[in-house]
Amino acid sequence: MVRIEMKRSMLARIVPGFTSLVKKGPSGQMVIIGMIIVLALVIMTAMGPWIAPHDPSRSGVGRIRIPPNWQFPLGTNHLGQDVLSRTLCGGSIMLQVSALSVLLCFAIGVPLGLFSSYVGGFVDSAFSLVIDAVYAFPGLVIAIAIAAMLGPGVVNMALSIAVVYIPSYFRIVRSQVLSIKELTYVEAARSVGAKWYTILSRYILPNVVPSIVVVITINFADAILTAAGLTFIGLGVTYDIPDWGWDLTNGRTYISSGAWWIIAFPGLMIILLALGFTLIGEGLSELLNPKLQR
Amino acid sequence: MSEIVRVEHLKKYFPVQKSVLEQLFTRKKKSVRAVDDVTFSIKKGEIFTLAGESGCGKTTTGKLIVRLLKPTSGRIYFKGEDITQLKREELRLLRRKMQIIFQDPYASLNPRMTIGKAIGHPLEIHGLARGEEKKGKVLEVLQKVGLTPPQQFMNLFPHQLSGGQRQRVALGRSIILEPEFMVADEPVSMIDVSLRTTIIDLMLGFRKELGLTYLFVTHDLAVAKYISDRIAIMYLGRIIEIGSKESLFKNPLHPYTKALLSAIPVPEPKKKREVIELKGEVPSAINIPPGCRFSSRCPFKKDECTKTEPELVEAEKDHSVACYLS
Repeated sequence: MVRIEMKRSMLARIVPGFTSLVKKGPSGQMVIIGMIIVLALVIMTAMGPWIAPHDPSRSGVGRIRIPPNWQFPLGTNHLGQDVLSRTLCGGSIMLQVSALSVLLCFAIGVPLGLFSSYVGGFVDSAFSLVIDAVYAFPGLVIAIAIAAMLGPGVVNMALSIAVVYIPSYFRIVRSQVLSIKELTYVEAARSVGAKWYTILSRYILPNVVPSIVVVITINFADAILTAAGLTFIGLGVTYDIPDWGWDLTNGRTYISSGAWWIIAFPGLMIILLALGFTLIGEGLSELLNPKLQR
Repeated sequence: MSEIVRVEHLKKYFPVQKSVLEQLFTRKKKSVRAVDDVTFSIKKGEIFTLAGESGCGKTTTGKLIVRLLKPTSGRIYFKGEDITQLKREELRLLRRKMQIIFQDPYASLNPRMTIGKAIGHPLEIHGLARGEEKKGKVLEVLQKVGLTPPQQFMNLFPHQLSGGQRQRVALGRSIILEPEFMVADEPVSMIDVSLRTTIIDLMLGFRKELGLTYLFVTHDLAVAKYISDRIAIMYLGRIIEIGSKESLFKNPLHPYTKALLSAIPVPEPKKKREVIELKGEVPSAINIPPGCRFSSRCPFKKDECTKTEPELVEAEKDHSVACYLS
């Protein structure tokens, strides 16, 4: 009973929240456009296997490298696979990988940042040193190194991407906590006798969440590009699973012979998905900035 | 009247970050002597005021007493018990009995917690009440601090309230645990002048109702005169004059106190009075002048003032001063 009421109140909060986003000007509209793009791509990928005209992994459904025509609206690739079907289904791996990596980053980076900065002193310095060392490497290089060690697969890709982005969560959370823990309301909480984990969970974390939300969306966009990058250099999944990144890799050799359609459509999908998340992130970061709030 | 809080030779030095060059070439430790050997006691039921310019260490003293800061040295007694070295868990239990309200009502409330939750949270922390019982107590406290109708305020967030209302919430959060002693750190200095007396009267009401004792920290002598039983004047981390309100206002002994009192505006413009103007700025608490710390600005300075620091000496009944001249 209580649970139903909670759901209802959440829904009651979300719906007016959505309409008020429209009224918040350009940044609110950015968020909405981003959400629509992401949602559309997610639905498309989820429905893909049912709406695809051909089996996306079957080769030889037509002749190889046919330009777009009535039978194959987006053409066929060098294995004679239907590009339309592969484009419709190809987001699945990428979305899984990015969602899993974001989850991992969040679950590790946020508690680590909270704990480290709240405790301070030697612990904080030690954690910061390690994390900054990771941060100093170019992200893709680390991801490639780890993925090469672990081998291909969804979980391994997610792990290698997570390692790259944990530092961003850690650093954002840490810098926020450093300033929040000096505020009077945290001191007030201490003065009424709150324990350290109560202070962290009820006074500090809720005030850090807005910044984390922004990092999550930007992390999503980056994870998609990194996942595409990993597949591109052959550290992703095998050819029988439709994947935009894989299509890019193999299609690129045929672009000199004029077969642009093999990479154009999967590439467009990657760009769109990354754009969607970036729009949400940028919009939210402006909306949630307390200095811009009315 | 028995004494509730006693402070002996309390000191708080904050270390100063030295530059790289200084760290390499000097051994001397630099520190801000925010509170520098302060001794006083507060009797049960009274309102004791610490007054002084900004930066004189009065807020630090307040925070030291409720143990939000750890003293560098000295002793703090609460109801006869030494609380200077209490462990974390013992300290947490002590927090029920002593509370603090802060100067800035805009910063002292968690922006993501409703008023009802903020006021009820102390009960939850100490496991005193939950559910309906907690809600009932919160409503009662809201009523007490004058936020009526209480049901309406329960679900509001701090940013929906005015400064005065927020300070009432902060006051409610402190009294819900029914403490015996409260440090009020300039509770009205950031509130609209027209609302100050209502907040102060509210606090005075709690003194009667709950038997509260206050340590009142203020820079505003007019407020101090309105509220206090006894007043201590602080200058650069040390108490330079302490006494009952009547004798201190009628017969100020320290030149600094005289200067402060002569700066209070009087509602009669034609009345002639002696005004003591102080020259210069308060010296830095890193480099405190030798001898009497007020000597660098004192208009009546003598030779001995720069040699040794004067101690607090009782000049008349319940009125002590640290000055060679009186």
